[in-house]
Amino acid sequence: MTVHAAITTRLSRFDLTCRLVSRLKNGEAVVGGIGNSNFDLWAAGPRPQNFYMLGSMGLAFPIALGLALAQPTRRVIAIEGDGSLLMQLGCLATIAERAPLNLTLLVMDNGTYQITGGQKTATHHGADLVAIARGSGLADSNWAANTEEFENLLDTALAADHPHLIAAKIDGAPGRETTDRDPAWIRDSFMRGLGTRE
Amino acid sequence: MPHWYETVIEVFKRNEIRLVTYVPDKVLAPLIKAIEADDYFTSFIPAREEEALGIVCGGWMGGMRGIVLMQTSGFATLANVLASLAVPYQIPLLMMISERGTLGEFNLGQAMVCRTMRPLLSSLGIETHTLSRRDELDFTVDRTISQALATHAPAALILSPLLTHAKRQEA
Repeated sequence: MTVHAAITTRLSRFDLTCRLVSRLKNGEAVVGGIGNSNFDLWAAGPRPQNFYMLGSMGLAFPIALGLALAQPTRRVIAIEGDGSLLMQLGCLATIAERAPLNLTLLVMDNGTYQITGGQKTATHHGADLVAIARGSGLADSNWAANTEEFENLLDTALAADHPHLIAAKIDGAPGRETTDRDPAWIRDSFMRGLGTRE
Repeated sequence: MPHWYETVIEVFKRNEIRLVTYVPDKVLAPLIKAIEADDYFTSFIPAREEEALGIVCGGWMGGMRGIVLMQTSGFATLANVLASLAVPYQIPLLMMISERGTLGEFNLGQAMVCRTMRPLLSSLGIETHTLSRRDELDFTVDRTISQALATHAPAALILSPLLTHAKRQEA
């Protein structure tokens, strides 16, 4: 197990997000957490099965859990930042207990609340989100130290029958684009993408 | 006459409410026990009410109807996620709130937080009904749920001690 303190290379959130999106061929649902997680998901290209949060900080994983339970035959992926996840750590234990067949969790850890001015999060000071996830019961939680590891972990996660969490230490690049700002449109488009609204 | 929670379960089933997330509460306990014992429902306990709300919102978008059960004090933690997720995204989030803090409360904190509940629901424009009478229970729960689903709007059902006959608390 790689510990986060040993990771020296910083990866690109946009690059990792593009590597994720390029693998999605089966209408997988993706939930983007607020801020840059979302912005890079948007910039990686439009998909009808993407859901973009415009608030409710910390709820990307819970929303994805609800989706995974409702649609057990569809893969669901959630992308969350370190600041957001720190706000809702209890959800890791909930997901571990429910253990949905089809849920993959991605954490983009830059150690800062980037959008609000770069204030440092607890991960900058040593909190290890992979260790926290494992301690919460998500045994398949791992740091991706480089892009090759990220891709390998992702391929394993997307074929698994229980939740996997993959975290990466990322650089300070801002999100590439901003999402649409109309929540009703985002929700409606997403549901049409999932086939739950016609 | 059925118990209040038996009526609630019947109405949930009539409206295909299958996903139930909750933070435990003594008054809700008989409802929770009956739901947990019934295979129709997928029910479980997230760590906090915000999480419970997120799960039910995600479930509904995925095609599975649900409801969040909580106590008054738990509802008070939800202002931001109601205002930034359920309401603007037009998600028919259903909430059933066991009302503490009134009609014989001994805990000042509960009494104070209870006073924030209806003003918050009102200021967000969330359809709210207080359940206090057995003879109106089926109608009110059923129609509140069906309206929420039809109009894509959140709704709150408040379980009054008048209905649940919460035990008299001694100071």
